[in-house]
Amino acid sequence: MVWEIVIGLETHAQLSTVSKIFSGASTAFGAAPNTQASAVDIALPGVLPVLNKAAVERAIRFGLAVGGRIAPRSVFARKNYFYPDLPKGYQISQFELPVVVGGEVLVAVDGAEKRVRLTRAHLEEDAGKSLHEDFHGMSGIDLNRAGTPLLEIVTEPDMRSAREAVAYAKTLHALVRWIGICDGNMQEGSFRCDANVSVRPAGSQTLGTRCEIKNLNSFRFLEKAIEFEARRQVELIEDGGKVRQETRLWDPQKGETRAMRSKEDAHDYRYFPDPDLLPLEIAPEWIESVRAALPELPAAMRARFAADHGLPEADATTLTSSKALATYYEQVVRGVGGEPKACASWVLGELSALLNRLEVEADASPVGPAALAGLVQRVLDGTVSGKTAKDVFESMAAGEGAADAIIEKRGLRQISDAGAIEAIVDQVLAANAKLVDDYRAGKEKAFNALVGQVMKASQGKANPAQANAILKARLG
Amino acid sequence: MFDLPLSALAARLRDRKVSSEELTRLFLGRIARLDPGLNAFITVDEDKALASARAADARLAAGKAEALTGIPIAHKDLFCAKGWKTTCGSRMLADFVSPYDAHVVEQFDRAGAVLVGKANMDEFAMGSSNENSFFGPARNPWDTTRVPGGSSGGSAAAVAARLVPAATGTDTGGSIRQPASHTGTAGIRPTYGAVSRYGMVAFASSLDQGGALGKSAEDLALMLNVMAGFDERDSTSIERPKEDYARDLAKPLAGLRVGLPKQYFTADLSADVAACVNAAIAELGRLGATTVEVSLPNQALAVPVYYVIAPAEASSNLSRFDGVRYGHRASGYADLDDMYRKSRAEGFGAEVQRRILVGTYVLSHGYYDAYYLQAQKVRRLIARDFTEAFRDCDVIAGPAAPAVAFPIGAKSSDPVQMYLEDLYTISVNLAGLPGLSVPCGFGAGGLPVGLQVIGRHFDEARMLNVAHQFQQATDWHRRRPPGID
Repeated sequence: MVWEIVIGLETHAQLSTVSKIFSGASTAFGAAPNTQASAVDIALPGVLPVLNKAAVERAIRFGLAVGGRIAPRSVFARKNYFYPDLPKGYQISQFELPVVVGGEVLVAVDGAEKRVRLTRAHLEEDAGKSLHEDFHGMSGIDLNRAGTPLLEIVTEPDMRSAREAVAYAKTLHALVRWIGICDGNMQEGSFRCDANVSVRPAGSQTLGTRCEIKNLNSFRFLEKAIEFEARRQVELIEDGGKVRQETRLWDPQKGETRAMRSKEDAHDYRYFPDPDLLPLEIAPEWIESVRAALPELPAAMRARFAADHGLPEADATTLTSSKALATYYEQVVRGVGGEPKACASWVLGELSALLNRLEVEADASPVGPAALAGLVQRVLDGTVSGKTAKDVFESMAAGEGAADAIIEKRGLRQISDAGAIEAIVDQVLAANAKLVDDYRAGKEKAFNALVGQVMKASQGKANPAQANAILKARLG
Repeated sequence: MFDLPLSALAARLRDRKVSSEELTRLFLGRIARLDPGLNAFITVDEDKALASARAADARLAAGKAEALTGIPIAHKDLFCAKGWKTTCGSRMLADFVSPYDAHVVEQFDRAGAVLVGKANMDEFAMGSSNENSFFGPARNPWDTTRVPGGSSGGSAAAVAARLVPAATGTDTGGSIRQPASHTGTAGIRPTYGAVSRYGMVAFASSLDQGGALGKSAEDLALMLNVMAGFDERDSTSIERPKEDYARDLAKPLAGLRVGLPKQYFTADLSADVAACVNAAIAELGRLGATTVEVSLPNQALAVPVYYVIAPAEASSNLSRFDGVRYGHRASGYADLDDMYRKSRAEGFGAEVQRRILVGTYVLSHGYYDAYYLQAQKVRRLIARDFTEAFRDCDVIAGPAAPAVAFPIGAKSSDPVQMYLEDLYTISVNLAGLPGLSVPCGFGAGGLPVGLQVIGRHFDEARMLNVAHQFQQATDWHRRRPPGID
């Protein structure tokens, strides 16, 4: 039987606010345990939550970016359960009335565009952390993370393969960073996914029983966990078994998912509206002011790069994978004054290789966009060859200065003077009679060897196209 | 001296006829002498009290005194006060010392009032008799075999016995007005949102409101002037200009329309209380007010609705008391669940546990709609009843409690009987309205009876005006319990 995998994702994006969602404590990562937990975060008796407007503003930004509806009135609810790192015994979240309803994310998968519909996005607070090591049989509780603002983004069950799910997650990851609402740091848990996975016979319209896989904090784990889980479910059904609705954990060491709790032992969270917080009302004026400040979105920019710049779809997609890279590329184009294809080729080629090597974003590149534009111009006007330019780029990356300075200092200016090249060609022909004979005898390879000799004799500075043409004419 | 109104005490302090330190010592002496028989206080701290009295004296000497500078007060023991034990009358918090001040505590500190102690209360404000205190019941100064009412029973008993000139309380379903009625004191619960709940340990967040107990309406006005006002740390605090609650005290009552809800004057009301309340209403008539019968058709649903909503919120609010970070933790346990179970079973008393169970039940999957959601709908109907009634009147008057204070132990075995103590007060909380109670006579056994006055949202000044004019014409509030002089 042919099976179809059905996947929905719930993503927790940590919002990049300076302070927590309901207290004034800092959200910075990595401080000593419990040093960034205020009276509100540790839930002392009598404390009350006060909503951080900056978190709401980021939720609005997201809602607008995905074309969702910003609820004019949404409600914070208490999700009640006991756990030592949940100080109040309840998490403040949104239940029946979330801040963002609907919306969609357009995802490029294998050259096609996939539309992933969003169900909702809601604001909530994060819990603290339980530390089970180093306490001699006891557990430590660190409440620094308690109260950190999260946006939980829930999709419809629209994805049909692990590849699609990963492509969606990567697009969403790029989007939240693009609009500046989340730093996207997956190691620190700023962006983590839960996957709801079910399988059904291909062509079936009814959904199979789903399992939820928790806390997938890398794209690789997401892909592997979905693949494993789908395989597990198919094998289970084909062996005559039934999938039980349950929550499962991904074990990266063993490369498998395992049961955490079944639907039957699921918590009854006893949601009810939090009486300490008034319903969140968002005026149309607020939404409009956020909309006005929103940057051009990656999907729009991608379409523009393809249509106006004439870039291949794949290049446009890569350039818009991060706002820093897209901005960099646009600045290079501006610096050069056009020639987007040549600019894109440099940004996606040498620059991206450099950034990968240094593990930095484009906005931290040692070669800035204006500097790169300067180099690209020298290639375009024939001052240096493409090959020489790559060496110049490396020197620029090493901090040796601007392209022009390096070209002058090292005398790398390309020889485009026909007379000078003819003189070199004649020298080479005179000194390589054997190669000339070979060529005339029909050995095409000998021609390339002669070109190599010309380049060598010119110390790589001869304009390759001209050298080729002159050589051909002389031998013709 | 110990019986003087706040304004007279303030005048003597300002005129340097008495120092705050002397005044504080006077009340500390009364506490030392009388409180062993009343148990109105959970904590009294002489050193802290005298230190703030001396600070107040310095302020008085510098001519920087405000209305309550140098005057001793007590806070109900659910207002967090930095460096003070804040127990909520519970074993769970028996040793909890607050590291911060509630907004209300801050306001009184800023005003220069002298905190002498933390008043006894029903555990987590759940109760109508003060019998649910881990620290033992507070007693009614008029008859120490009887309850002072609750949950602000300690505050009421302390004011009635003149152990402090005034005290704070909180009122979730009648917890200021009912004890005021039972102890012959004045008590006001302001409009929901008038006094910040920041630092006031939550029982039922949508109903809780801090207020005051004192000897007279005028004293309540002065207390509210300190307590009330916007606080950005409480999202339900309402931003509006600061007001002087004493501004209308002297206004004559001519033209005032007093609404009498027919549902308040039924067989549920004991005859002795009815007689006092009716006499008080007649007195308002002599002062120029007219009366009009009004109807609160959903009045009978107030107690059942309250006992869905309040426990629901309480079950969640009290989840933080889990023995993990502060408060009582059982000494031995097998695992995490066992730690929770034992710590909470040991830390909470029977009534608190009962309400947590009820609240957990009504919020549970499958019951939420039938109980919690339904109760919220009826709550809106109850609020609408008041809106309708206030079309025909300016204030509503009636009893604050169905009978005089009952003997300690008389209702402890029957929670529903206890819940009916708040028959006339609870609907005010559900509607978020202000209500007050002032002494209006003595019923069976010579025990005090209170007249309840209910106003529109933020109409405290008018309610206090009514109560003050009543007190200008009567002397019930000047009567003192026997044996306290």
